[in-house]
Amino acid sequence: MTPSRSHKTTPSYTPTQNACKMCTPLGATLVFQGIEGCVPLLHGSQGCSTYMRRYLISHFKEPVDIASSNFTEETAVFGGGANLKLAIENVARQYSPEMIGIATTCLSETIGDDVPLILNSMGNAIDGTALVHVSTPSYTGTHVDGFHGAVAAVVDRFNPAGKKIVYRPKKKKKINLFPGMLSNEDLRHLKDVFADFHVPVTILPDYSERLEGPSWQEYQAIQKGGTPVSAIEKMNVAVHSMELGSVLGLMAEKGTQTAGTILSKRFGIPCTRLPIPIGVKATDRFLDALSQISGRPVPERYKKEKWRLVDAYVDGNKYVSKKRALIYGEEDFVVSMAGFLAEVGIIPVICASGGKSKTFNQALEAILPETLIDQIVIQNDMDFTCMEETAAGMPENLRPQIIIGNSKGYAMARRLKIPLVRVGFPIHDRVGGSRILHIGYKGAQQLFDNIVNTILTARQTESRVGYSYM
Amino acid sequence: MTGERTHTVNPEDIKKEILAKYPPKVARKRAKQITPVTSDEKDGLQVGANVRTVPGIITQRGCCYAGCKGVIMGPTRDIINLTHGPIGCGFYSWLTRRNQTRPPSDDAENYMTYCFSTDMQDEDIVFGGEKKLKAAIQEAYDIFKPKAISIFSTCPVGLIGDDVHAAAREMKEKLGINIFGFSCEGYKGVSQSAGHHIANNTIFKHVVGLDDTVMDAKYKINLLGEYNIGGDGFIIDELLNKCGIELVSTFSGNSTVDQFANCHTADLNAVMCHRSINYVADMLETKYGIPWIKVSFTGPTSTINSLRKIAAYFEDQELIDRVEEVIAEEMIPVEAKIKEVKERCQGKTAMMFVGGSRAHHYQELFRDIGMKVLSAGYEFAHRDDYEGRHVIPDIKVDADSRNIEELTIEKDETRYNPRKTEEEMKALEEKGYPFKSYDGLIPEMNAGSLIIDDISHHETETLIAMYKPDIFCAGIKEKYAIQKHGIPMKQLHSYDTGGPYAVFKGAVNFFEEIDRMLNANIWQYLEAPWQKAPELSAKYVWE
Ligand code: SF4
Ligand code: SF4
Repeated sequence: MTPSRSHKTTPSYTPTQNACKMCTPLGATLVFQGIEGCVPLLHGSQGCSTYMRRYLISHFKEPVDIASSNFTEETAVFGGGANLKLAIENVARQYSPEMIGIATTCLSETIGDDVPLILNSMGNAIDGTALVHVSTPSYTGTHVDGFHGAVAAVVDRFNPAGKKIVYRPKKKKKINLFPGMLSNEDLRHLKDVFADFHVPVTILPDYSERLEGPSWQEYQAIQKGGTPVSAIEKMNVAVHSMELGSVLGLMAEKGTQTAGTILSKRFGIPCTRLPIPIGVKATDRFLDALSQISGRPVPERYKKEKWRLVDAYVDGNKYVSKKRALIYGEEDFVVSMAGFLAEVGIIPVICASGGKSKTFNQALEAILPETLIDQIVIQNDMDFTCMEETAAGMPENLRPQIIIGNSKGYAMARRLKIPLVRVGFPIHDRVGGSRILHIGYKGAQQLFDNIVNTILTARQTESRVGYSYM
Repeated sequence: MTGERTHTVNPEDIKKEILAKYPPKVARKRAKQITPVTSDEKDGLQVGANVRTVPGIITQRGCCYAGCKGVIMGPTRDIINLTHGPIGCGFYSWLTRRNQTRPPSDDAENYMTYCFSTDMQDEDIVFGGEKKLKAAIQEAYDIFKPKAISIFSTCPVGLIGDDVHAAAREMKEKLGINIFGFSCEGYKGVSQSAGHHIANNTIFKHVVGLDDTVMDAKYKINLLGEYNIGGDGFIIDELLNKCGIELVSTFSGNSTVDQFANCHTADLNAVMCHRSINYVADMLETKYGIPWIKVSFTGPTSTINSLRKIAAYFEDQELIDRVEEVIAEEMIPVEAKIKEVKERCQGKTAMMFVGGSRAHHYQELFRDIGMKVLSAGYEFAHRDDYEGRHVIPDIKVDADSRNIEELTIEKDETRYNPRKTEEEMKALEEKGYPFKSYDGLIPEMNAGSLIIDDISHHETETLIAMYKPDIFCAGIKEKYAIQKHGIPMKQLHSYDTGGPYAVFKGAVNFFEEIDRMLNANIWQYLEAPWQKAPELSAKYVWE
């Protein structure tokens, strides 16, 4: 059933219908999954943990544990300090973790529990386990804010100001990479790239193994994999940091504290900020930057990947040229995706995100050719209902022909009768969501093939003849 | 697949092993919730339940809000369910259960694919969110003109003191449609069970009895506690219709608000999930005089018994005969399937930790194909779901249950109408007819098995290591951890993407599913030869 709400480009109404964002601590708990031996703990009622576990599990199809401090009604009234301590003790005893990552929920934030104070009183550690806290009220941000907030909190904790740099290795120069919220396959690809460059790297977070691990010979309380705390502690001796995400970069410029800014302010480590490398141009930039930072040439195989990709762009051009797309998801993801679509000739007529960094437009303007910007509706702080209305309200010759985004847009795509290409997070109505490669030439190759084939499928289905030959 | 199985494991030993890992205080608490069944003499066995999970011990339980919005109200398609709170709570409960619905036409009201949230922001937390809530209700009304709107309170709402009930009253008056709120903040109670109670109470107060139209049917019943996961409700409905029995309402699979409004006109309440809804059955009896019985449509035997029970209640030979005909017909494919599957499943073992009734109901399906249940337990049940209703008077009311409203119900002055006279009821009872009776899960359990309430990870691991089951049933949160052990795992909350599993047709589906899972090829690929004995295969290559 289609609601008859007038078509607006920004939501001016009160409730959020079919949100295009998740809540803040979800992002933080995902980061904690990407640290070796880390157990995430949500300070609040158990429901939040259960919901977020369920959500992450349905995407990754792997075990995901998130502990809770399990508020009662009394705790909610009198404060959750005692519960938090008890929860920390119990987690420490059961898991003997390297670190417990503590994120707040709306409840503990509303009460105003002073978590840093509570943790301080415990010496910020328990039996050698580091306690790291990130404040994540959902009424002030989205899962993306929780994600970056947690990365910054972890870096901050293990690289305190004034930490003496004992030794900055001259030979094995290391780079810090803060990739943002990417898929497992993306993270694996990044590791391959650095390995091919022969450049040592610390990627934070890296959940690619923990959230896609082998079967167990014996029980693993915490699945293997993730960035070791010992590596995070050494981030201050790296020669360079890289942070991916256009919006994140703009936010950092405007003063938001990110992992990269912490390390540059405290230890003078330069930070290169780049868009997520989706598509040829963004990948060119990424590899180029890496080559310059490391002083090493781009390995041969990437040149070959690029040739193949550009060749495919040429072959497939007639199917995608001037096609119109609706894309949605995290702001940084949408920005890079828009850049990629523009380069293959698809017009991203609607670029939407539930985020509201206020830099979304600016980031898109920076990545898209000027001629395209006027043809595009940019929507931040957006929900699926408004997106759908915007699309449905467009004249036939401007309306999107393909939708690109996570599983949450399915109902919209179905009602609009426009094919959906699933990318990003969460993907819970298909298998392999975490194995989608978005980045690098190879990722662009897969995206491109997938998009062209989706368009071809639609054409074939609509065709009366049912061509079996393109 | 799994290693050598020892059927001689002593459940007492497992309990000891489990508790050994806990600090004394936790061990004492958990000991009450772990009950070994050592012999066939099961009288007096107790299972501590409905108590709070220890902070930091990862539970599979959800919150009160989840029970209220997701479980009970989720399956009703034509009420706009508006979550009052920050975005996450609403987002995560957005169509994540597999309850199905069948609107009469494509453009009939169906809000199930929508997720409405006030998406509270900083300023709402600081200055209060009632204004935004009312504006949201107004807007939902303007856009959709629904029959009813309900409001769900999340944790922060309770804390900042927004009065959702006042807002509901005000808007109800203004808009002239039914609007009501739930005080189902996530911190209430100890699990989703609290939310079931709050949801049902609210529906009883605000909806039930609003429409007195009496359906033109001879045998009219309500089905309580059936949520139409995987389409179970559809095939139960079909089966009942085949027998000539009509459903006035289902709480709440495939339901509409009008069905609730009208449910007091049915002549019998059949309770599926005792946990989530037995109090509604009680209230309907007290207020309107409708008797209730416990039924189960999971498994052929239970289905047969339940159909016979319903027929016997109406004491009409025509219905009794029709039911027997249907049973005879429906059992043919079931028996054939059992015969086929049993060969491959006989002697295998299962465990199930789920919900508040399925850990009981599903045991029968495994037994039918020759399998044995080694251990079982609920996630959010109360003691009566384990031990039977006779313990209800003995259950201690703790702080967590005390803050959940109990309605005081009285006879409806005009509409109370006992469906059977006292003598008739007595006569039936004397013949052994079980009104208001539920014996719980314990009678199902074999000697040598173990009951565990609100099972934790560590306990699951110990069970797997010591019992080595062939299949494990629980929910998605446990699924992938279990499968890492190479043990097939069946979701009994959402059925993975399978189902329906109810009544006769569903049983056939279930048998096929278990057969597929137990006998799938995939498990043998877990280890390649070179992984099993790396030195050996290396040698082979080089020699
Ligand atoms: S209360 Fe906040 S943290 Fe918890 S699920 Fe809701 S939005 Fe997320
Ligand atoms: S905030 Fe409360 S209501 Fe919302 S998911 Fe968490 S526990 Fe449940």
